[in-house]
Amino acid sequence: MTRECKSVRNAYGNALVEIGKENKNIVVLDADVSCSTQTKIFAKEFPERFFNVGIAEQDLITTASGLACTGKIAFVSTFAVFASGRAWEQIRNTVCYSNLNVKIAATHGGITVGEDGASHQALEDISIMRSIPNMTVIVPADEKEVKDAIKFAAEHDGPVYIRISRGNLPDVIDKNHKFNYLKADVMEEGTDVTLITNGETLVETLDCAKMLKEKGINAEVINMPVVKPIDKETIIKSAKKTNRVITIENHSIIGGLGSAVCEVLSENYPVKVSRIGTNDEFGQSGTAKELMAYYGLNSEKLTEKITGLLK
Amino acid sequence: MINQLSNSEIEKIKEVSRKLRRNILKMVHSHQSGHPGGSLSCIDILNVLYTHCMKHYPECEKHPDYKNRDRFILSKGHVSPALYSILSHCGYIDEKELMTFRQFGSKLQGHPCCHKLKGIEISTGSLGQGLSIACGMALGLKLDKIDSKVYVLMGDGETEEGSVWEAAMNAVHHKLDNIIAIVDRNKLQIDGSTEDIKNVGDLNSKFKAFGWNTIEINGHDINSIYYAIESAKTSSIPTVIIANTIKGKGVSFMENNAGWHGKAPNDEQLNQALEELK
Repeated sequence: MTRECKSVRNAYGNALVEIGKENKNIVVLDADVSCSTQTKIFAKEFPERFFNVGIAEQDLITTASGLACTGKIAFVSTFAVFASGRAWEQIRNTVCYSNLNVKIAATHGGITVGEDGASHQALEDISIMRSIPNMTVIVPADEKEVKDAIKFAAEHDGPVYIRISRGNLPDVIDKNHKFNYLKADVMEEGTDVTLITNGETLVETLDCAKMLKEKGINAEVINMPVVKPIDKETIIKSAKKTNRVITIENHSIIGGLGSAVCEVLSENYPVKVSRIGTNDEFGQSGTAKELMAYYGLNSEKLTEKITGLLK
Repeated sequence: MINQLSNSEIEKIKEVSRKLRRNILKMVHSHQSGHPGGSLSCIDILNVLYTHCMKHYPECEKHPDYKNRDRFILSKGHVSPALYSILSHCGYIDEKELMTFRQFGSKLQGHPCCHKLKGIEISTGSLGQGLSIACGMALGLKLDKIDSKVYVLMGDGETEEGSVWEAAMNAVHHKLDNIIAIVDRNKLQIDGSTEDIKNVGDLNSKFKAFGWNTIEINGHDINSIYYAIESAKTSSIPTVIIANTIKGKGVSFMENNAGWHGKAPNDEQLNQALEELK
């Protein structure tokens, strides 16, 4: 299926300019990758409120913390693997413990980073971010959801981690859909199985649901951009209806969306859950398309896998 | 021109320092937990800073000039007894409350927590982060055109953390002349001397090489501390004061002994120490 795809990173840069115009307290920091993260769009518009700290991710996070202490709302960006990993302890002990207005908009999340290979493919970021108290974790799926997430983050009191994809993505969220960080969105209703996903795998999952329908399988598709705080109610309600849940994510199956869903269901309504994502392994170089196929995350591979799981 | 402190003023400051030291020891003794060595090495600095150099308001938000206060970050968060004792002296904390230090339900957490106690700008405890936080605060104050200083107290062992040097570069690059960093150079860390564990070396030259204004002083000489901080206020580049100190200063059996980094005195030791600090 071919669709018009849009740069979600551009959407991020443009959203920063929009909120920056409305609120003088918005500041943006980057660690020498402003051309990749697209924070350069904000830098051009508001040079006095943009700070490049160079190749120093720890300094990136703690400098943002200091700015937040003076009443600023600090958006920081670099690649997800460094934003979440290199400065994890700064995020835990300084940003989250003090509950500061530091918004980490990490680009290049997931396997789809592509050619750069395993060192640059963040497959653990959701896991290590959602385990920190006070942190909100969002994985948007398209241009609109990126903008919604950035606007939400600017207004929300406290730290937020937003994972943005490297690649271009098609519009999947209805233009009139109102982003509610406490409520997941049931995008397709079904009775045979519940598919829960977010981010880049949402469009693949929606396509997969169509293919499953042709095979006589009626799948319910839930878009769950906010992994924390997780919308338990929507998960439990759907599980009660289908009695079978499958999670799909561009992330390791350890600790991410799949784990979060399992935590909810095992305590509230135990049904069988299968997690689809990358297994306990590192990624590799390749095009995003090749890697999505290899790791079983495109719609065809998902359909094959899910059909097998439901047999 | 920086005024010299009068002899009687210096004597008064020294008297306060003795009280602060006694409180540090009583706090650590009360729950048999905490870090006396580094608290005693930096307390003269905190005393001069809070009583003579820093613009701060114990009534916090209620003070009309609160937003223009100078900021203080205790990067070496484990010396919380030193910070709590000076905050108590200045009126942020009731002196009786000091004895709840490190106990369940206390505002006086093992390492400072900004949500539990007024006067703490940001929670600290993990080393190597304060200088970078200072950079952010200094940038924020400049954006708002607030002419206030950001003070940050670091340990010398702490400079073994690479993140300190990321921040050292950042401060100079962004011309943060409103930062005054102080290194409590007591030459000891948990496992032994800083020279044996990982040679910290000539911090003065290191910071100078990064582009900082550096001042080296005896960190127990009241007049030197005062003069260094006051002269740092007029620097056009970020300043670091390397304060040579003695870990455990003021208590004979604790001085220059790494063993007292994070150990509480028993009853007998406390009494002896209090006797020495009369």
